[in-house]
Amino acid sequence: MKKHILTGTLTALLTLGGLSVPALAGPEDVVVENAWSRASIGMNRPGAAYMTISNTGDEPVTLIGLATPLAMMPEIHETKTNAEGVSSMSPAGEIVIAPGESIALEPGGLHAMLMRLQEPMTEGDTFPLTLLFDDGGEVTVEVPILGIAARGPED
Amino acid sequence: MQRRAILGYGAAGVGAVALMLFVGWWQVDGPGGPEPIGQRPVALTAMDFRLTDHEGNAVGPETLIGRPTMAFFGFTYCPDVCPTTLSDISGWLDDLGDEADEMNVVFITVDPERDTVETMAEYVGYFHPAIRGWTGPEEQIARVADGFHATYERVPTESGDYTMNHSASVFLFAASGRFVTMIDYHEPREFAVPKIRRALKEETEGAT
Repeated sequence: MKKHILTGTLTALLTLGGLSVPALAGPEDVVVENAWSRASIGMNRPGAAYMTISNTGDEPVTLIGLATPLAMMPEIHETKTNAEGVSSMSPAGEIVIAPGESIALEPGGLHAMLMRLQEPMTEGDTFPLTLLFDDGGEVTVEVPILGIAARGPED
Repeated sequence: MQRRAILGYGAAGVGAVALMLFVGWWQVDGPGGPEPIGQRPVALTAMDFRLTDHEGNAVGPETLIGRPTMAFFGFTYCPDVCPTTLSDISGWLDDLGDEADEMNVVFITVDPERDTVETMAEYVGYFHPAIRGWTGPEEQIARVADGFHATYERVPTESGDYTMNHSASVFLFAASGRFVTMIDYHEPREFAVPKIRRALKEETEGAT
């Protein structure tokens, strides 16, 4: 649960170490922690990635989209389970993170849905995922790919 | 006279209201009411469907009788809920250890178009070895869902594909086939594992 500061050397160091870190570009107040994803079976199925995104600044930030070389259509989706126990999934749209607040992308809730994979997601690899904000800012994180049966970032 | 008549009308009115309330209760909440959505599944012994497991064996509700059963719905193209459920179940089974050995654990697809026997075999291979994957013709899947009072629905996505909305609960049955309880999606392990033990215990009691 360490908070990583946006410095070049640290980014390079930790990326080599396989940990997820916010990259250089982007709103400096956005901190991304505990990014992880599950390995895919081939390329036909959509993948999902999870993380915590915190706004440490004084102004709200608005997350408007995602970009990654791994998938043609990365998008934030939300899973909802209704009173009858039926789960459904739909695009979450823009997400405003208030100053000092965090949003959790976690199983069964918000997640980065990676549609139209360009290559299989292989356990042990990582991929870059860029968060796009409405002010034109970007934050890129290196997301570790864990096993298909992973339950969280520590698995 | 007039006063008595008014009282009489009043009594009749109260009676009529009471009757209406009773009829209303009977039809809505009472024994005459429709079956509520999300109702409990029927017993496995009252179900009738033919599916194929991930090893190509013909299976049906009778396959499950004689051992306690944990069953749930999903599809292998599901990026979030299904791998999470399968991982959760794998974790519960690990917690139960030997206790879970005598249990049926069945993952039934709601997307037979994409989830062939081979697809199910590959997918379940990534999770706890006790988990069996069942698929079959669409009309048979519909019969399973009817028996479980579960729902599923095909929903197109922007990418031109489709996804499935579906019941995400895990259903527990005793060895006799009687429905015991269900584990809702997101229910913590502290509740899930004791519920599974309850289903397992019913088996022991039924056998003695």
